[in-house]
Amino acid sequence: MTFWTCRRRDNLIGYLFVAPALLGSLAFVLIPLAMVGWYSLNEWNVLGGTFEFIGGENYKQLLNDEKLRDSLVATAWFAAGLVVLNLSLALLLAVLLNQKLRGTTLFRTLFFSPVLVSLVAWTLVWQLMLQPEGSVNGLLGVFGVDGPNWLRGDTTAMVSVIVVQVIKNVGLNMVLFLAALQGVPAPLYEAAKIDGAGAWRRFRSITIPLISPTILLTSIITIVGSLQVFAQIAVLTQGGPGTSTTVLIYYLYQQAFQFHHFGYGATISVLLFVIVAALTLLQWQMRRKWVLHES
Amino acid sequence: MSRKVWLYGLLCLLCVPFVFPTWWMVTSSMKPISEIFSESLLPREWTFSTYETVFRMQPFGQQYWNSLYIAVVVTVGTMAVAALAGYAFARIRFPGQNVLFVVVLTGLLIPSEVTIVPLFQMFQSLGMTNTHWPLIIVPIFGAPCVLAIFIMRQFFIALPPELEEAARMDGLGRAGIFYRIALPLSRPALGAVAIFTFLHSWNLYLEPIVYLSTPDMFTLPQALTQFVDIYGGPMWNVQLAAATMTAVPILIVFVVAQRQFIEGLAHTGVKG
Repeated sequence: MTFWTCRRRDNLIGYLFVAPALLGSLAFVLIPLAMVGWYSLNEWNVLGGTFEFIGGENYKQLLNDEKLRDSLVATAWFAAGLVVLNLSLALLLAVLLNQKLRGTTLFRTLFFSPVLVSLVAWTLVWQLMLQPEGSVNGLLGVFGVDGPNWLRGDTTAMVSVIVVQVIKNVGLNMVLFLAALQGVPAPLYEAAKIDGAGAWRRFRSITIPLISPTILLTSIITIVGSLQVFAQIAVLTQGGPGTSTTVLIYYLYQQAFQFHHFGYGATISVLLFVIVAALTLLQWQMRRKWVLHES
Repeated sequence: MSRKVWLYGLLCLLCVPFVFPTWWMVTSSMKPISEIFSESLLPREWTFSTYETVFRMQPFGQQYWNSLYIAVVVTVGTMAVAALAGYAFARIRFPGQNVLFVVVLTGLLIPSEVTIVPLFQMFQSLGMTNTHWPLIIVPIFGAPCVLAIFIMRQFFIALPPELEEAARMDGLGRAGIFYRIALPLSRPALGAVAIFTFLHSWNLYLEPIVYLSTPDMFTLPQALTQFVDIYGGPMWNVQLAAATMTAVPILIVFVVAQRQFIEGLAHTGVKG
């Protein structure tokens, strides 16, 4: 076999290997994305059977849509609350589990277990627990606190969906942090100790910089993930009370599949796409600039 | 010493919100409805009739099968597509490679929720709504697969090329090297891909409620929300019986195989 036939065969095999992924990307990602763009320029009511080119009208509607504004606010709160709570809890758990202590494997298993409980099952049991006479308020009652009707108040509903989601998935980030912590060389801590650095100082000046790639990775996963949270909202609050937990994806679902406004639904999709893409690209950019020591 | 006591105390306290819901799900599923809001940790009166009710109200066995087979097919399909593409992007040099990789990677910027409207339209015009096709082929070939491709590529890049060169000297072709050498070595990465793909499919909710309309086609997450009385109020204990049957088998598999599970995921996370 000469070099060139070998080369040509390699090319062929390369194309064959990537073909399924590539055709899939075209058919189920890129072409649909272009279609979303096209639909967003049309008035399309599925029930009415109307499909009419209206140019930028949907985008004008988008700008004047108060519900959409509410929805963006809810999305921002949800994402911010989720990321802050998730990352700090994940880091706390990872640090605790990284101590020399018997039984950390057991605790790791317990903290991780909600990740594997099926999502809607997890949400349903929390729905029961968050009822006014449910066990969350029962527990608060032990401490003399009269718990609210969690899922019926604006703020408490948002807090509830965030907490339910954090406890469900924090185990994933915890495991990533744990792996990162174990990669920090022990001599660094010893040297700092000799120099008289306290525990907090060591954590801030050694641990945090050295695990910064993981912090960035988990924040990307968590923020982008927060924009895709649908089932929990649909089961726990249906976006309510009012619009207080109507995150963007839930609003998209309502417009497209409950009110059958496909054109306007597609316009919201475009907005969702822009947000996800901007966040992801921004974080990749930050990864280059800020993160220390990336191999 | 006292530091240890503090640490254990803190860990036990933090465990409560992680463990209690699962405990509550299982025990409440065996409580009669009159006890559902009682504070006791165990049912005072045990009942298993909720489990019969689950099967009476919904074709639950069929729905269980739907979820299970869809998740398995999606997992195997994703592993195949991702391993092939990941290997080619990491190891084989062919013209246009980088451009094609970028084309595939755009899927990371476009979650499948963004394209749900045109995808629904596409499958409807093909007469595939209320079938499982959209739940199978979109995850295997579409956006959810892209992360898997990325993980496999990173893994193959980190794999020492000497192994493959030795095999090439021995006269093995490209496909043979992939199948006999690279693929078996990629088990840790494939394992991680398998776990999160399975969970992703198992938990899928938006797509089933958009595409599926008859109970015998439903998947589990969707079926779980169907246990309501004639006024639309939730039948808590029946819901939780169904939820328990959904959650517990996976938890058991996890506890048995937890080392591979967690370490596989952590491994991939660091690499990815």
